[in-house]
Amino acid sequence: MKDARMKLSDTSYAAVMAKRNEIMKRSVGIDYEKYATGPLSFDYQGLMEDTGYDIETVGCIQAETAVGDTPMVQLNNLTALARTTARGGMGARIFVKDEAQNPSGSFKDRRASLSVYEAKKKGYKGVVAATSGNYGAAVASQAAKLGLSCIIVQEAFDSHGVAQPEIAEKARACEAYGAEVLRLSVGPELFYVFLLILAETGYFNASLYTPYSVLGIETLGAELVRDLSAWDGGLNPDVVVATHAGGGNITGTGRGLEKAGATDIMCVGASVDLSGLHMASDTDFNRKSFTTGHTGFGIPFATWPDRADVPRNAARPLRYMDRFVTVTQGEVFYITQALAELEGMERGPAGNTSLTAAFALAREMEQDKIIVVQETEYTGAGKHPIAQLNLAKQMGVTVRRGNPEENAPGKAIVIPEHPSQIQIVDVDMEGLRTSYVKNAGRSLQPGESPTDTDIAFLAEDCRATEDFVRRVLSEAI
Amino acid sequence: MAKQVKKGILVEIEQVILTPDERAPQVPDDTRKVPLVMRARGMLTDDSVIGEEAGIETVTGRLLTGKLVEENPAYDHGFGTPIPELIPIGREARDILMKNRKEVSGT
Repeated sequence: MKDARMKLSDTSYAAVMAKRNEIMKRSVGIDYEKYATGPLSFDYQGLMEDTGYDIETVGCIQAETAVGDTPMVQLNNLTALARTTARGGMGARIFVKDEAQNPSGSFKDRRASLSVYEAKKKGYKGVVAATSGNYGAAVASQAAKLGLSCIIVQEAFDSHGVAQPEIAEKARACEAYGAEVLRLSVGPELFYVFLLILAETGYFNASLYTPYSVLGIETLGAELVRDLSAWDGGLNPDVVVATHAGGGNITGTGRGLEKAGATDIMCVGASVDLSGLHMASDTDFNRKSFTTGHTGFGIPFATWPDRADVPRNAARPLRYMDRFVTVTQGEVFYITQALAELEGMERGPAGNTSLTAAFALAREMEQDKIIVVQETEYTGAGKHPIAQLNLAKQMGVTVRRGNPEENAPGKAIVIPEHPSQIQIVDVDMEGLRTSYVKNAGRSLQPGESPTDTDIAFLAEDCRATEDFVRRVLSEAI
Repeated sequence: MAKQVKKGILVEIEQVILTPDERAPQVPDDTRKVPLVMRARGMLTDDSVIGEEAGIETVTGRLLTGKLVEENPAYDHGFGTPIPELIPIGREARDILMKNRKEVSGT
């Protein structure tokens, strides 16, 4: 049995944070320094390939715990509704991969399965994950199946002790799978607690951002190509929409599509617009009705993926995202209700972010085109529009019908009066690339300067030209 | 009178992880005014009193101490009352589809 415990003589915030790289190295079992190719660049594909897991192997591991192979569902009635709001001949067919059918109720089982499998293979006694979302339940479920201990660290309630209902439900689910759940008040120092637990227990860091977590999603991308090619008449997806937060979902899906040979598909990331709310603010915490899949994660992780809880993030969204759009909370609640009442599928709101974007995107595409929403998630107490909107009202947020353009995160949730009001707003990709390169430039230590290898890496990492990278860097440094 | 809880009962404890003046430099002002607090559940290791220091053994076998806050802590998240703003959506959408089908078929 592996013993990755670490005795910390000083457990103050500053002392523990200073040991972060050492703690993380022991807890993931990957020597990230080995992959550095310059001050900024690293061998991304090498990091992924050295895990030794090809997509077929991942599929076999997931099949052992009944993860994946979820149904593909054609949403005829939502497609028809979208077409009533589109110009003549427009309105792509909308399909959804019903990932809620995974053992713990979301696509996160794919990410957790490979992480926990790897933890067991490497001899760790248990796994730890810092997550307030579906991933916690997924890690707990997989740990239960593989006989490992599990600790989930959540940001769960504000300073008045008011819990986010969606997160409270995740805590209950984790405990149902036999995990220890540590619930914290608001603040980024959750990471400090997470490091303390890793050092004390010597458990595996089942981070969302390791190569395992991202490789686990590749099967989803490949399956959706397979599912549609087997559809009556043989279909090919034209657009795939993925809810975007930390970047793993779109990265893994995009890699899976590539591995299935589908290289001409447009990958769209979709986030709920929570602009103006501060993610580390105690007062803003319960003024948001979505705890993930929102711009508070989506933008920072697109423009600087290496802010994660591992030294190098395996989720590199700008490599795989062709377009990034936002929708509003009220629009997602509308579509969640419509999915239940028109398609007979009651699913969780956060997972329907991409469906909401797809509803609007379908209007831009001809009727013979195919748009695939690559996930749903389970729903239930707390994790439901009714629970989320009741909390919003309790916190003084206005909930009303109207034009979603009047949406104001933290102040007003505007539920569309008509499906024609559901719109997407494009995030400026050029702006994201610029921010990404600037953030890279700012991460240089005194005395370091970018090499040609760095320039080539950054260009590949955000899909820009090397000239673009050089120009932005020269302005940033 | 303070409530006694017997050893071996499932309880919830609360720990202050960081006091306001120990919080990370990057936290916003409203968060800096309050401590970072953690709540954990486990089996009480000795007879204890609500509101006082107590020890627990968590499900992974870790021993933690903190202020005893709740005996047999509830899962009290739920749904709440139906949301009036969501209720009409299904019927409205079906009406739109029905009207459109009539227009398309000319009946």
